[in-house]
Amino acid sequence: MNSAQTAVDAAQAAQTAAGGTVDPFIFAFTVFVLAIFVGYHVVWNVTSALHTPLMSVTNAISSIIIVGAILAAGPGEMNLATILGLIAVALVSVNIFGGFMVTQRMLSMFKKRK
Amino acid sequence: MLSANMVALAYLVAAVLFILALKGLSSPESARRGNLYGILGMTLAVVVTLLMSGVVNYAWIFAAVFVGGAFGVVVARKIPMTDMPQLVAAMHSLVGLAAVLIAVSALYNPAAYGIATVGGGLSIASRIELFLGTFIGAITFTASIVAFAKLQGLMSGSPLVFKGQHAVNLLLGLIMLAAGIAFCFTQDWTPFLIMTGVALVLGVLLIAPIGGADMPVIVSMLNSYSGWAAAGIGFTLNNNMLIIAGALVGSSGAILSYIMCKAMNRSLFNVLLGGFGGEAVAGGGAAAVGERPVHSGSAEDAGFLLSNARSVIIVPGYGLAVARAQHALKEMADALNGAGVDVRFAIHPVAGRMPGHMNVLLAEADVPYDIVLEMDEINPEFSDADVALIIGANDVVNPAAKNDSGSPIYGMPILEVNKAAHVIVVKRSLSPGYAGIDNDLFYMDKTMMLFSDAKKACESILKALS
Repeated sequence: MNSAQTAVDAAQAAQTAAGGTVDPFIFAFTVFVLAIFVGYHVVWNVTSALHTPLMSVTNAISSIIIVGAILAAGPGEMNLATILGLIAVALVSVNIFGGFMVTQRMLSMFKKRK
Repeated sequence: MLSANMVALAYLVAAVLFILALKGLSSPESARRGNLYGILGMTLAVVVTLLMSGVVNYAWIFAAVFVGGAFGVVVARKIPMTDMPQLVAAMHSLVGLAAVLIAVSALYNPAAYGIATVGGGLSIASRIELFLGTFIGAITFTASIVAFAKLQGLMSGSPLVFKGQHAVNLLLGLIMLAAGIAFCFTQDWTPFLIMTGVALVLGVLLIAPIGGADMPVIVSMLNSYSGWAAAGIGFTLNNNMLIIAGALVGSSGAILSYIMCKAMNRSLFNVLLGGFGGEAVAGGGAAAVGERPVHSGSAEDAGFLLSNARSVIIVPGYGLAVARAQHALKEMADALNGAGVDVRFAIHPVAGRMPGHMNVLLAEADVPYDIVLEMDEINPEFSDADVALIIGANDVVNPAAKNDSGSPIYGMPILEVNKAAHVIVVKRSLSPGYAGIDNDLFYMDKTMMLFSDAKKACESILKALS
């Protein structure tokens, strides 16, 4: 028995002692709640002059679901799932490119007094 | 090929970059760098996903990205800044629709996401997550389309109300919930499709009764929904980065909705019930209009008053944007500045059709952002100002919000322009604003009404100044 295996055994023993494994959903939920707190604090610090760019950039950021769309479109075999995935990829690509670009365009307009 | 751990770490980096992107927006100087962080995070996440072992359909995926991306680029370059609220609403609808498509695809082929159970089905947790992600996505999709249509003027901005509206919505909500629960137990397509269909209808019905003036709240709220929809997909895929990004966007939209509601002294519940600003508030106000004496003056009078002032505070409202008068206003402000007058701009949080809209419109007209001040910063300054010039704003400068406890807008925070030595109001007529009430400011002794279109007024004042 090598040391890695021993370590795995030890981890399993620890888990059993702690009352079993934690459901992956609980991990995800933990991340979710913490991220809401991070969002809350970061967004309250956004100057109100930039609330419109905030909206356009959050639009681009929520288009991160392109990750899900790519996974759906990923398999080589074409079926309903892949086609819907491809449509979703195209839709959120509009947002990603459009959202970041229009944000950049707006931000470049904000200038200080000369 | 990347290991699962490397993918997860890359996603973590992307999530941190998204947080930095939002953090950058705390000041205009850091915001551009923040946006680059966001682009970097997105690129990293997409590239890593493309390298995952299940993804082989490259030609089609690149084609889809190219088609969507090219369209996005064209729109981002062409869109006038006055149309930003519509653009944002349209983008929310795309996120909502994409979330629904991804959920349907996940139900059709769970194996592609690695969430299939041994029998090829879905675990109960995955079903609940799919249910939540789909209905939030579906409501976001159709609600945003209605918001877009109202903002774009494709449909009337006035509230669409009918009898029993709330009962119908409640009934539909219950049907949706029941179908969703049935889906969670059976994993059948029928309840899933019923649930999705009802959610699509509900999205329309929820926004239809909400008037144009409340759109800043609605656009913010849909911003929030699109974030929760993304987080819902994140739960389905067990992907922490999606959950983090979705939660960031969700809380951002929620905060913006709260700020907008507070600036109008309304509760979110009250906004969502709808019907506000539809029928003018009963008789009294309307009858009084035109019967009380006002001081009206010409552009020359206004120019004289402005050029002799030491300090001028300009209050732009949405009417300015409607008249596309930002550039004319900026030229007029420059002329005053050249004559040694201290000119500043005061922005009410709901000036415009979305949060921060007026700031962008002024920035586009090359007004430096350090002379554009928020309500809390500028309110103490009005008593020292010689002239407050109000262009295209009405309810947000109505002193009744402070003095008249019987007024429907009582309690709403306002720009206290009535404290300035002189007030000039540029307006086409004495007609009431969105709230449908008369404005005492127009009848004050120190107020001069300049009845004109905003753009013409700025141009004629500029002429008078030179």
